[in-house]
Amino acid sequence: MEQSATPAVRLAGVEKIFPVKGSEPTVALTAIDFEVGQREFISLIGPSGCGKSTLLRVVGDLIQPTSGSVEVNGKPAHQARLDRDYGMVFQAPVLFDWRTVEANVRLPLEVTGYPKGKRDALVREKLELVELGSFMTHYPHQLSGGMQQRVAIARALALQPSLLLMDEPFGALDEMTRERLNAELLDIWSETGTTVVFVTHSIPEAVFLSSRVVVMSPRPGRIAETVEIDLPYPRDETTREADRYYELVTEVREALRGRPGGGTSLATRARSDGSFG
Amino acid sequence: MTVSTGSAARSGLTLAVGEAVRRYLPPTLVFVGGLILWQIWFTSDGFFRPIPTPTEIGGAMVEEWSLLSASAMATIFEALGGLAIGTTAGLVVGFLTSRWVIARDILLPLAIGASTIPIIAVAPILNNWFGTLNPLSKMMMAALLVFFPVVINVTRGLVEVGPAKLELMRSYAADEGTILRKVRVPHMLPFFFTALKVGTTLAFIGAIVGEFFGGTSQVLGRVVLQKISAGQFDVAWAAIIIGATAAIVSYVVVTLIERAVIPWYWHIHDEPE
Repeated sequence: MEQSATPAVRLAGVEKIFPVKGSEPTVALTAIDFEVGQREFISLIGPSGCGKSTLLRVVGDLIQPTSGSVEVNGKPAHQARLDRDYGMVFQAPVLFDWRTVEANVRLPLEVTGYPKGKRDALVREKLELVELGSFMTHYPHQLSGGMQQRVAIARALALQPSLLLMDEPFGALDEMTRERLNAELLDIWSETGTTVVFVTHSIPEAVFLSSRVVVMSPRPGRIAETVEIDLPYPRDETTREADRYYELVTEVREALRGRPGGGTSLATRARSDGSFG
Repeated sequence: MTVSTGSAARSGLTLAVGEAVRRYLPPTLVFVGGLILWQIWFTSDGFFRPIPTPTEIGGAMVEEWSLLSASAMATIFEALGGLAIGTTAGLVVGFLTSRWVIARDILLPLAIGASTIPIIAVAPILNNWFGTLNPLSKMMMAALLVFFPVVINVTRGLVEVGPAKLELMRSYAADEGTILRKVRVPHMLPFFFTALKVGTTLAFIGAIVGEFFGGTSQVLGRVVLQKISAGQFDVAWAAIIIGATAAIVSYVVVTLIERAVIPWYWHIHDEPE
């Protein structure tokens, strides 16, 4: 009970400034305030350079924010990383050539000293979850891009994290494979009960997957708007044909363009002023 | 059922044999044909003969076998000893330079500097340091040649693992030792074996060049020099061919070790296209 009351991710006044030699520093993120509830599926969407990948890495404690606070499961992000509270999936599968599929998924268990006798069963379970149970002894180069990415997802799930951080995991795949993996990811999400923070620049993908879409805008990277996706779960191919789906796709697209009247940008400016003061 | 599996296996074997024949027959034919041409051509009278015929060299090999085999053993000992010293030193320096920037700044310029010294100029100095008659002076020549490619490749293999793999390991809160064992070392091994293969042939060159600058007489380098000045070109060529064969065999052995240690690498790069 207490667990569900603690948000999975809480960001307050997060700012990230990268120094640039001989030039003005780049403000990658400014005035980021948001919370992700337990078991939510959140997408971060925005054009290139809006800082969505940086934000994901700030949550994962792979990049330190210049200011502001980052909490994962009620702990500082650094402690959450040490506790292996999250699993990460990148745009590239980042599999190790010298390890079989099975050994790739076992890697995090080896690193964290997971009991040896229990590793094999866990690895098999996660590979079956991503429907690669019969490819355990293959090497990564023998698999297609989509299969490699599924191995990466199984690996991220191996430590049974409560939070999954995904950085454009299907960005390099063709549309058909991407749609199939989207559906599979939703199955995995409902089966494992993890929270997902998902970075993408595909509007249909964000709408199909998420319970909330966080729209970001660049220079400086900030949250422009949040769109609630009220499509019911479980979602499947019929979801993609629903009228409400199209309305939400349009809404996210308009939020990305910046709404006429500039209401959002005024609000953001007010907030960023506040954080500087 | 059994019959069809049997014939499938047999046709698989036939395929493998056919594959091997297609691959190895042409180079074998060219090699044997070349030997025959060489034999016929250079036997004909009144023709300029830069090289003794294969049968002359073969005869010299039989006749001088005790000298040649003793010399070959001595030279192989020097070359492989040098390979071991150079590889070990290269590995140590490679690990140090990849771990500490300060070590990289100090050691890499030295390694690059060492590689640019003309090896012929170093030989007399090494003879002076380690003793002309001591095989160690020839080993150090070989080691000096082996050292540089090993340092450069080991350093590259350990350092250039790619930011994504390191980020993944950091997401597991892995310490540097774990990253070294699980990521850097496996990533480095193909680079290391590339250097080792280059180093194997360089070691033989280093040892033989070292021998030219004095030392015991029963080594391949000295035999070549002495027999040429005595006009016994067939024996000199026999010594050269034995040296080359030893280097090739060593290279093949390293390749076999490579296949055993990093089968996954061959798995990727040896697959039919």
